[in-house]
Parts: sequence; C-alpha cells; structure tokens
Amino acid sequence: MSIDFGRPVLPLRIRGAFSFRLDVRVTAVVGLLLAAAVITTLVALVLGDYDITVWRVVQTVFGGGDAWDRRVVIDRRMPRALLALILGAALGVSGAIFQSLTRNPLGSPDVIGFNTGAYTGVLVIMVLFGGEHMGTAWGALIGGIVTALLVYLLAFKRGVQGFRLIIVGIAVSAVLASFNTWMILTADLDTAMSAAVWGTGSLDGAEWGEVRSAGLSVALVLVLLIPFATRMPMMEMGDDTARALGVRTEPTRLALIVLGVALTALATAAAGPIAFVALAAPQLAKRLARTDSVAMVPAAAMGALLLAVSDLIAQRLFAPTQLPVGIVTVSIGGVYLLWLLAREASRQ
Amino acid sequence: MRSPRLRRSVPDAAHPTAAPTRLSGQNLTLGYDKRVISENLNLDVPDGRVTAIIGPNACGKSTLLRALSRLLRPSTGTVLLDGAEINTLPAKEVARRLGLLPQTSIAPDGIRVADLVARGRFPHQHLIQQWTPEDERAVVDAMTATRTDELSGRLVDELSGGQRQRVWIAMVLAQQTDLVLFDEPTTYLDITHQVELLDLFTRLNRELGRTVVVVLHELNQAFRYADHVVVMKDGSIVAQGAPAEIVTPELIEQVYRLPCRIIDDPESHTPLVIPKV
Repeated sequence: MSIDFGRPVLPLRIRGAFSFRLDVRVTAVVGLLLAAAVITTLVALVLGDYDITVWRVVQTVFGGGDAWDRRVVIDRRMPRALLALILGAALGVSGAIFQSLTRNPLGSPDVIGFNTGAYTGVLVIMVLFGGEHMGTAWGALIGGIVTALLVYLLAFKRGVQGFRLIIVGIAVSAVLASFNTWMILTADLDTAMSAAVWGTGSLDGAEWGEVRSAGLSVALVLVLLIPFATRMPMMEMGDDTARALGVRTEPTRLALIVLGVALTALATAAAGPIAFVALAAPQLAKRLARTDSVAMVPAAAMGALLLAVSDLIAQRLFAPTQLPVGIVTVSIGGVYLLWLLAREASRQ
Repeated sequence: MRSPRLRRSVPDAAHPTAAPTRLSGQNLTLGYDKRVISENLNLDVPDGRVTAIIGPNACGKSTLLRALSRLLRPSTGTVLLDGAEINTLPAKEVARRLGLLPQTSIAPDGIRVADLVARGRFPHQHLIQQWTPEDERAVVDAMTATRTDELSGRLVDELSGGQRQRVWIAMVLAQQTDLVLFDEPTTYLDITHQVELLDLFTRLNRELGRTVVVVLHELNQAFRYADHVVVMKDGSIVAQGAPAEIVTPELIEQVYRLPCRIIDDPESHTPLVIPKV
C-alpha cells in the first residue's frame, strides 16, 4: 500500500513519537538554498579592502585568527552578513504568508502598503521630532503596523478576502506615498537627505547588537508561527472548506497577518524598507521546490539567499562606494516582476 | 457503469419511525447580517440514510446545510450534534464527526490528487503527527471508494469536472466522518457524471454506512436516490419524509408553481415528476 503522489515522497515515522511526509524535492531544494546562502556568506566575509584568505576566514569564524582578522571578520563583516540572512528569511516567510492569504503572487507586505506606512512613520519622527536611530526604528514599526491595521479594517467585510486586501493596500499606499513625498518636500535639506537614505534600505554598518535583537525577535515570531504552518495551506482552499476541516479561519487569518506584519516590521526597523524580497522569494521557492502552496520553509531559505546575494552585490559592485541593498533588491525585483507579468500574459 | 440500486425497505425494527438522529436543527432562524432567510426550522437528519434537501433557487437549502455544518451560526435556535450544541464543540472535534463539501472549494494551482485528498486528514493530525499509517490508510480508502486512485499522482488542474468533483469528495471521505454533507455537488456536471456521483453517494451509505445529506437541484434524482427528502420553499420546510409518502402533484405545484403529474419511475419505482404541457 503506497500512494502515488506524482513525485518522490518518503514517510518519516517513529512509532508513538512523530510522523511526517517528507517531500524529497522540497528537502533537496531547501538544502541547496541553505548551502548557497552559506557560501554567499563566506564570500561576503572574504571579499573587501582587507585582504584575507578563505582559510583564514574559516579559522577566524571558528575562534582562530589574529586580532586584526577578528576585528574585520567578526566585528565588521559578520554582523552585516548574518543580518542579511536573518532579515531575508523573515521577509521570505512574511511574503509567503501574505501570498497564501491572498492566493495571489502579488500579495506581499510591500504591495499591501506596509513599507510605505513604515516610511511615513519614519518621516513623521524625522521631520516633526528630529528623531535619532532608535526613534526611526520605532517610527517604522508603528507606521507599518498602523497601516497594516488600517488596511485590514478597511478591507474587512464579514471577514477579509484576499483580493480586497490587495486593492485596499494599493489604495492606502498610494495615499501614503504622496503624503511621504509632501513630507520630504517640506523638510529641510539635511532631514530630507537622511530620510531618503533610510528610505532605500541598507545593511551598512550593522552591529552585533542589531544581529542579536533581530535574531531573537525573528526566531520568536517564527516559533509562534509553527502551529499556523499547517493551517495556512488549508486556508487556501477557501474559508468554507477550511472551516469544514476544522480550521477557525478568522482567528487564524488575524494571527497570520499579525505575525506576517511583525516579520516585515522587524526587518524594516532594522534596515529600512527592503523591497521585493518578500514578493519574489516565496514564488521562486515554490517554482523550484514545486510545492502546491507557497510554503514557509522554502520561502525562508530563498529569502535568506536573495538578501545575502543582493547585499554582496550592493557591497562589491561599485566598491569602495557602497550601494544601499534596497536599490539592488528593487533592480532584481523589477526584472522578476517583468518576468512574472510576461508569464501571466503568455498564459492567457 | 452503474450498480443495481439497493433499496432499503422503509421503517423496520432497527429503524423505528422516530429515526435516531445525531444531527438536528431546532427552531433555527438563519440569515446573513440583518437579512433573515429562514425562521423556525426543525429538522432531524435520520442516521444511516441518504437525505436530500430540495427546493427552488434561493429557498434557503444551502443556508440550512451551512447551519447544519456550523459554517453559519443560527441567529436563534440550536444545531445539535450528538446532543451537544455544535458551535460549542471544538472545531477539529466537529470535523472528525461531520464532513462537508461546500459549493465552492479552491484547489491550489499545482496540487496533485493525492495531496488534496490527504488534506482531508487535517482534523486528525497534530503538530508532530502529520502522516500516520492511519492517515495513509484513510487516503487510500477514500481514493478507492471514489475511484480516484488511478488519478493519484496527477495535477488536479488537468482533470475533467467530474473527476475533480470525485477528488473533492475523496478529500471529504478521508476525513472519515460518519456524517457527510454535500452542497449541490452535481451542479455543472453532465448527466453521466451526475449519475456517477449519486451512485457513489448510495454506495457510501449502503456499503460504508455513512449518513449522507445532499442538496440537489434535480427533483427526480432526489426522489430516486434519497431515503428522506426535505422540501423547502421561501426559507421554510414544506414537507419531509420518504419520497413515496410525501410527493404529490399538489406539493410540487405549491413549491415550484409547476403543474405536473407524478408517475411511477419504471426503473426505480420512485415518484417521477412529469411537467404538464
């Protein structure tokens, strides 16, 4: 008695303890993505003005190396590389959540207005209160969450439907975007400049403190997400079907939105708005792993790899001039969006 | 391929006239927001039988089915499942006793048949028990019963309407509930596939002992396949009982405003509605 799933699937069981169905391709894809992310990270630790060999970097990472090596690799390069992995994974999962909820490859926190709202929060702090680093982080968090809440409430009509969420999100972010432009125009030059810098999203100058706080909080949200990971694919079959199967849809949806927004909020607070990772990672992962729904784990691995690669490009492309990573992800994302549109067009 | 109809004789010793029921609605007022659709509905779903709910469009058939399956909370009255108010039971607990195929279900693009059927196991699964031997057996049984086993590895998107509907039914069967409810499952299917599904429901009932409740459009199919028929009009239940006992030209004319004759279906010996010219 074995079921033909149309692809290799392994049951993974220890009687009385656990039982899972392991999709061989998904596991392999996640493994490869993680391996690629590790290699990219290693490259990011090696490349730079300070000449160092791969072998010395490996030694340094595992506790060896001289004081200079440690200073450059551990104190300078490593926080930035790790932060890229952590925030990339967070954005990937966040995108997977919104695309699953809206059943739409365009449903991502960027499209739903979160980033624009976070930017509005930062502008309010910078222009009206002349805020510092911590101030802008809080501004981003509050701005983004308030916007997400607003979009959710405006889209609410006997429950929230995916398509309405996207349309309302686009409308709200259009309003906020023009408000943002007006704020920048009214601000004095210095404030406008630093607001614009924040608005591109950058990992430059990341420190261990940020890595620790971002890592812990992202890990916490991911743990909270575990019970919802199996409900998410159920919700994709429509509310009636999900409820018939025993999913309490409205509380589940609210929890998924809150946790999804929290992941984007953490990333935005740490690095500014980084566009397109949340949009592209889940879909690219879905196509590579050939999963039936957008799945969180492959999306996390893909997100981590995408942001790590993007940040490597941002650092090295015009070195010593540093690009904000947000510029790189926007460029890559633009190509992705064109491909997506062309594909959808050729389908019809 | 059609199996000969296995008719069960009306009330016997094991099934007295007051049929035992695990699922019932009492004094239900149903509606959406402020709009009331049904008032004062009373219904006992007879155990181990096939019940068909029929009536003209917008008479509240589907609304009643949604209430019975706790998709819609009644404004007043209660739906009882095994003696308990259905809305007070844990969602997964209900889903282990009562299965429902709603009117519209969305198959995620790129999903394969076996994966979709396996999703019916959700109410039986836990965080670290995602694919037990019991899950596997239930999926195999559900696919065998619906003859979807040969489609197992295929993409749901590539299937015909009739095949797809059988796959959805397999998903509901994989839930392994004694009670199964179907909301207009034959809509959009041609006559061959309609009959195929109705035969499947009969087999579910006769061979697997499931209690089946199905909302149907086609009167003669309902009378042929159901043991118990619930006739609705304008939100009320006008008549219910065995087709042979309740179906009269007056009832059909009252409910559908359609002058007709009732003759004996020469194949199944159930009432057959013939509209007058």
